Amino acid sequence: MSDPIGQVLFAGAIGLVVIGIGGIVLSRHLFRMVLALVIAEAGANLLLVLAGFRWDAFAPILTQGVAAPGPMVDPVPQAMVLTAIVIGVGVQALALSLVIKVWECYGTLDLAEVRERLEADLAGQAGVPLPGSTERPAGERPLPPATAPAGEVRQ
Amino acid sequence: MRNLASLLFIVGLAFLLLLVTGVFEFGNPPMRVGQGIQQVGPQEVGAANLVTAVVLGYRGIDTLGELSILFAAATAGGFVLGRHRLARSGAEAGFVLRTGADLLFPLLLVVGLYIVLHGHLTPGGGFQGGVIIATAFFVPLLARPGAALDHRWLALVEGLAGAAFIAIGLLALYRGGEFLQPFLEKGDFGSLVSAGTLPLLYLAVGLKVGAELAGLLARLAEPAGEEAA
Repeated sequence: MSDPIGQVLFAGAIGLVVIGIGGIVLSRHLFRMVLALVIAEAGANLLLVLAGFRWDAFAPILTQGVAAPGPMVDPVPQAMVLTAIVIGVGVQALALSLVIKVWECYGTLDLAEVRERLEADLAGQAGVPLPGSTERPAGERPLPPATAPAGEVRQ
Repeated sequence: MRNLASLLFIVGLAFLLLLVTGVFEFGNPPMRVGQGIQQVGPQEVGAANLVTAVVLGYRGIDTLGELSILFAAATAGGFVLGRHRLARSGAEAGFVLRTGADLLFPLLLVVGLYIVLHGHLTPGGGFQGGVIIATAFFVPLLARPGAALDHRWLALVEGLAGAAFIAIGLLALYRGGEFLQPFLEKGDFGSLVSAGTLPLLYLAVGLKVGAELAGLLARLAEPAGEEAA
């Protein structure tokens, strides 16, 4: 990768992927995570298209009655990116619909708050105290006090 | 602490990607598959747009898999959002937006169908044209938030288009070829009726993508409209 233009282009694509993944990992807001996913997808698509690039090459489309004017860029990564973009839109829509549901249920998109309320809801549904709750002891005594008759073998 | 680990992960990922791309010489891809397709593709498939030849001819099963991913995403989106049809106060958009939407609808439909049908000749195809068709159905929804899209019709179109795609693939199998292998006459190279079954396959893809995305967008718009009302 000695070519400076290639370096810049690859660095840009990788930068987009890294920014996107970083946003997914670091952000504490659900909607920002969806946006970061979009950025990461764009970077991955750019990386794929760049992988098929050739200098002095033409788009891989022939014209009626005209011979190919020279080498053409690789059509395979382009075909993959073409479908990946549309699928990306579908996946983003699914993520957004999940985000909408979270907003409807909890009224917040902050990850820590949502997790807290989700855990409280789960524990409430299951009828168990929250893990780490200070109001009650962490659990019942593992064995009842020894009241078994003397002749029985205790397990 | 968690942030530190995340930062380390991100830096490592960037380093890894830089190393991987550093191996390539930019502008001289190591893949040789594309060159082979460029040499034999026009005679074998008969599509002027080699990207289409790859999408539908050489990687047809892959495209079917991608269509099923899209189908799963659309279905899951509909499942998550559910069907809540609350009567909304008809807060319509202004005159300009409504008229603009009415004007845009046929134009977008024509452009979308054009791009779908010329997918084997010019840049474009079922996926791109399908998105434009979905937009054609979504723009009127933006102008009239109260209007509802009939999801039953969309599901019907979507299912029939998907079934047609698979049926064409099975027909190729029945005729002794591979699954989804292009058959029929190749026709005049570069004319509208050429490249065998590729235009039919792309038409199915376009209708399916259009119906799925239109349904998904409409579902996304419905609860938002309720909140605003």
